[in-house]
Amino acid sequence: MAEETRTASSGGDRPERSGPPRGPRPAGGPGGPREGGRKFFRRKKVCKFCVEKIEAVNYKDVRLLAQFVAESGKITPRRLTGVCTPHQRRLSRAIKQARNIALLPFAGRAQ
Amino acid sequence: MNRKYELMFIVRPDMVEEELNKLISTLESSLTSAGGTAKSEVWGKRRLAYKVGKFNDGIFVLMMIEATGAAVHEVERRLRVTEPVIKFLTVRTDEEMKRVDKIKKLRDAKKKVSAQPAAVAAPVAATPEAAPEAPASV
Repeated sequence: MAEETRTASSGGDRPERSGPPRGPRPAGGPGGPREGGRKFFRRKKVCKFCVEKIEAVNYKDVRLLAQFVAESGKITPRRLTGVCTPHQRRLSRAIKQARNIALLPFAGRAQ
Repeated sequence: MNRKYELMFIVRPDMVEEELNKLISTLESSLTSAGGTAKSEVWGKRRLAYKVGKFNDGIFVLMMIEATGAAVHEVERRLRVTEPVIKFLTVRTDEEMKRVDKIKKLRDAKKKVSAQPAAVAAPVAATPEAAPEAPASV
């Protein structure tokens, strides 16, 4: 289970052990296709909050929070959205507060 | 010790405006008498994300409070016994604001440092650019 999620999250970012010594990775941006014969590459996900420098995640900002809530009302996991751990922590707290005050639904879409 | 809070509460949609204003002013006066300050804004009628009791929408009110914990506790008690209030949420904000201010300060300090070398680097970058241009024109 853990192995599965790991491969899913890291995607094409794992070089083979026997490969060339890893040089410094290009910082950010989409990495080029590897010579390993991979047909597609994933764009590197970045944390929206770090990029846009949103420090305080507030429960009142429903528009922002709704981007990180699945259609079922669930909080989208970090591995899908690319949000960094500290921000995901604040985000999930804000979403839970927003649910409590009926700004976001607990389950399902907002009517 | 005064702390900062955000108190949001929802009243039933059929509440008359005067009554709502009366409720808000009583809450505010109870806070100010306890040595705090309060600023409220009415968001107006909004659709609720889910049904609360039998209501599908409600009037949202947000209060920015700076008061002691006991005073806020008293306000919460009042909200609980006030019948038209269907939901409320109190969030303490001062620690979060302190953290954000710290980060902002750090960021500003970094910006000032980076702004100076950038100004110095600009003419340096301009000279090599100009240099290859000169032979090309010859």
